[in-house]
Amino acid sequence: MTHAQNQVARAVLEGPDIHRALTRIAHEILERTRGASDVVLLGIPTRGATLAHRLAERVAQFEGVKVPVGSIDITMYRDDLRLGPARPLGKTDVPAGGIDGRTVVLVDDVLFSGRTVRAALDALGDIGRPKAVQLATLVDRGHRELPIRADYVGKNLPTAKSEKVKVLLSEIDGRDAVELLKGADR
Amino acid sequence: MKHLISAGDLSRDEALLILDTAEELARVSERSIKKLPTLRGRTVVNLFFEDSTRTRISFEAAAKRLSADVINFSAKGSSVSKGESLKDTALTLEAMGADAVVIRHGASGAPHRLANWVRGSVLNAGDGTHEHPTQALLDAFSMRQRLGRLEGLKVAIVGDVLHSRVARSNVLLLSTLGAEVTLVAPPTLLPVSVERWPCQVSYDLDAVLPKADVVMMLRVQLERMNAAYFPSAREYSRRYGLDRDRFAKLHDDAIVMHPGPMNRGMEISAEVADSPRSTIVEQVGNGVTVRMAALYLLIGGENQ
Repeated sequence: MTHAQNQVARAVLEGPDIHRALTRIAHEILERTRGASDVVLLGIPTRGATLAHRLAERVAQFEGVKVPVGSIDITMYRDDLRLGPARPLGKTDVPAGGIDGRTVVLVDDVLFSGRTVRAALDALGDIGRPKAVQLATLVDRGHRELPIRADYVGKNLPTAKSEKVKVLLSEIDGRDAVELLKGADR
Repeated sequence: MKHLISAGDLSRDEALLILDTAEELARVSERSIKKLPTLRGRTVVNLFFEDSTRTRISFEAAAKRLSADVINFSAKGSSVSKGESLKDTALTLEAMGADAVVIRHGASGAPHRLANWVRGSVLNAGDGTHEHPTQALLDAFSMRQRLGRLEGLKVAIVGDVLHSRVARSNVLLLSTLGAEVTLVAPPTLLPVSVERWPCQVSYDLDAVLPKADVVMMLRVQLERMNAAYFPSAREYSRRYGLDRDRFAKLHDDAIVMHPGPMNRGMEISAEVADSPRSTIVEQVGNGVTVRMAALYLLIGGENQ
């Protein structure tokens, strides 16, 4: 069997599942933050930023609250920059009102080692001083390497460390899906 | 990318990557905490054999905003004045573990030589009359910021092209990025090989101005002139200086640039230099972000 055949993608979540998961997270954010009046949604590029916008739309739809939404790039704060060539930067777009004294909900597509979130917390600290920081993720695949957990999870997905989780979103990839790619057996 | 020695070494994609990275980094300068942890523990050496204020300060600010340690070295008052060679200076820096060496030197080609002697990245901050690639990058960045594009832009570079490393780097970079460059100068101030450069040449500023989107005035480098290149400063100013009347010939969206330092009243009149369509002050600010981008892309990752 060739390497390519080993990389079979299995869809774990389809479009409607993602839709439902985001709807639930939006409701949970409204519930846990008492109406989301002081919430700022910040997505981690690329797909986290798209998810943050989707969550903001839902929150507006359910309760008519217009939540400021933006993105925060964490490339310059990564702890593994020296392990590869310099990476191109993503977009940082902090809403005009800033984050001081607000509840920031960080949004990412996959929660894995927790290192991205660690970097995001450092990046937030350089932008302002939020009242609280929460974390929303579409998929939690386990294998944490740092003491970090998510406040809102779309789906807990038990995985092997060798597997890959790929999130596809229609705004970027043309369709919605979460796929599990089997790693090569070694 | 390992070194940044010539603007001509950059591919279109590499040049655009530097400009795009700089655009993201520009936001850092607007924050209250203007610092990123990216180059923590890395050492950047500023090796300046020629006088410079803005370029040295700009590189220093860029390295510090990325949390690198900066060592400033100027030839005056150093062992160079005791006769130390460039190679021995380089080996000293090497022993100190420099991750990047920013070098300005009076001799064309010095950064190229240095790159063979040190393990770190070499950034050319101006070598003789050869090149000044980060200046070209910040000029391109400023043009794109003001005019929204570089492709098809008509750029006139006016003045002392012969002694100008800024002109050469700009011609090479801008042609890579799809802009059309016209050099305007008296024949005595054009290099011999100029017909092989990827640009047009004209001796008549008044004919070029109405078509230009960008006019870049070069400083008349009196310190490099040991022969008479033009009859008098006044005649030069008459024929090749950008004064109010010539400024009026530009179309309404055209911008005026100058790499600094300016000789006000010589190549550019004070009125033009201070007009809202001059980018001279923002070029300085853009210099820091572009140099941050270059440092990050050269030494931010592992170059294997």
